[in-house]
Amino acid sequence: MADQKEMREVYVETLMSLVEEGKDIIVLEADLMRATGTTAFAKKYPERAINVGVAEADLVGVASGLSAGGKIPFAATFGCFASRRAYDQFFLSANYAHLNVKLVGTDPGVTAAYNGGTHMPFEDLTLMRVIPNLTIAEPPDAASLAAVTRIAAETDGCFYLRLQRKAAPQIYPDDETFELGRAKVLRRGKDVTLVALGTVMVNEALKAAASLAEEGIEATVIDAIWLAPLDEATILANSPSGRIVTCENHRVTGALGSAVAELIAEKAPGMRLARIGVAANLFGEVGTLEWLAERFELTAPHIAEAARKLMW
Amino acid sequence: MSSMNREEIAALERKAREIRGLTIEEIGYLGVGHIGGSLSIVDILVLLYHKHMKIDPTNPTWAERDMLVLSKGHAGPALYATLADKGYFPLDWLLTLNRGGTKLPSHCDRTKTPGIDMTTGSLGQGLSAAAGLALARAIDKKPGFIYCIIGDGESNEGQVWETAMFASHKRLSNLIAFADWNGMQIDGLTKDVMDMEDIVAKWRAFGWHAQMVDGHDFAAMDAAIEEAKRRAAPGIEKPTIIILRTIKGKGAPFCEGQVTNHNMNFCIAQVKEALVALDVPAHITPELLRAQ
Repeated sequence: MADQKEMREVYVETLMSLVEEGKDIIVLEADLMRATGTTAFAKKYPERAINVGVAEADLVGVASGLSAGGKIPFAATFGCFASRRAYDQFFLSANYAHLNVKLVGTDPGVTAAYNGGTHMPFEDLTLMRVIPNLTIAEPPDAASLAAVTRIAAETDGCFYLRLQRKAAPQIYPDDETFELGRAKVLRRGKDVTLVALGTVMVNEALKAAASLAEEGIEATVIDAIWLAPLDEATILANSPSGRIVTCENHRVTGALGSAVAELIAEKAPGMRLARIGVAANLFGEVGTLEWLAERFELTAPHIAEAARKLMW
Repeated sequence: MSSMNREEIAALERKAREIRGLTIEEIGYLGVGHIGGSLSIVDILVLLYHKHMKIDPTNPTWAERDMLVLSKGHAGPALYATLADKGYFPLDWLLTLNRGGTKLPSHCDRTKTPGIDMTTGSLGQGLSAAAGLALARAIDKKPGFIYCIIGDGESNEGQVWETAMFASHKRLSNLIAFADWNGMQIDGLTKDVMDMEDIVAKWRAFGWHAQMVDGHDFAAMDAAIEEAKRRAAPGIEKPTIIILRTIKGKGAPFCEGQVTNHNMNFCIAQVKEALVALDVPAHITPELLRAQ
């Protein structure tokens, strides 16, 4: 996808546009400015780009103080550190304090690739999902990322955004409109519904739907975009088959699969569910994204197989 | 040098005795609470709210106000007594401390209490937030000071030292911090639990202006704050921390200087005994109690 813009460039360009429009945005980094690509932002707006050094607790603490001082902070670091390392700061200083902190966790799941298990967030969404009123999004492509970043800047309250840094295949036209908490139906089919989250899984789900179609199985594909608030209405209304496969680049415990399981148990108890995601007993590992997707059974064939099993 | 004369100092000392009495009543009518670390910071709170801070109790969210982040959030009761006395909210709110539905929770909460500038309670976090507040002012080139009080036990937290580096690196001299050095933490004397060694040298090594003064001596504290304010030039000058040598439980005869006073039970008889010792009248009257 050499012709596609990198996702981090989209993130940074969107933030720069927002500043130009008068939004009081401050970008914060913990010595990963070059990784997130916010060096471009820092060059243009040096007074609005803050590097706290390798200090994630302080990253989120300072962001919280900036928010209490009226700024709109976007703080980014690898997703593993944004969640595991700065969790109490994000929970208390930002969320419990009802502030307006946007926390960005980069390199979701297997996209951490060569950084390996230490850096591979398979639990960030689970940790974030239990924080009251926190909005959580994982936009899959450039257009949705730009829109979600803009929504985060324009909506008062804390957000956690999962950001793949590298380029992603285009799913939406540039002028597609997005709303907070609204999922997108990418394909409609009567036999099974694939609910996917994030770049890796939305694309694998679309591939799985194409291969299932060749076998005569018609799949609906939903891009959840928002883990919280989850678009329950769109998911239920577009699951006429009563069969759902959730697809997440994350451990299956506690995030998208769990959220849909809760939804089904409480509001649609007749439906059947299969969860594609990293098994509950596994930590991350090193490898290429492709090797890791295979290792953790996140690929289109794994999704298609789960869908077929639900058909039996 | 403090610019205060003897009458001004005497007035602050009188006010501090009143606030100590009020804090003891506030916790005493509940029967349990963080009395020790509340009483050790009363003098600095009185000095800030009655002399140094630019505030408007009728407009607690005034954008240009000076702010205080009480990072040792468990000392909330002392700050609540100070704020109630300043008129941020009615005195009888103090009787609701920690009761279900209260606006005065054990640890400071900016969403609940008028005059509370930042939510705190998980130790180590408040100084980061104070640095963020100071940074926001510095970016906007707006005047005013952000004050922050941390504890000595709290200084065990790594995040304190992350912020120590950050605030110095960013030259946030509009941030004036205090460390309540009462020498005690929950499990004992700080020198036994986690000896912080030469704390002034530590802060200086992190790039701050640091000095230790008697935290119950208004003239000494005032002189240190005046010096920090005079020096302030955000973006150019280093931040200041004033280490306050204090006595945990100061002013409460039933617990002053006792290592067990971090969070303790005490009764109305002990409250009355303390008020006599402080030579202050009871603020919480039978009428106020009946109205509850």
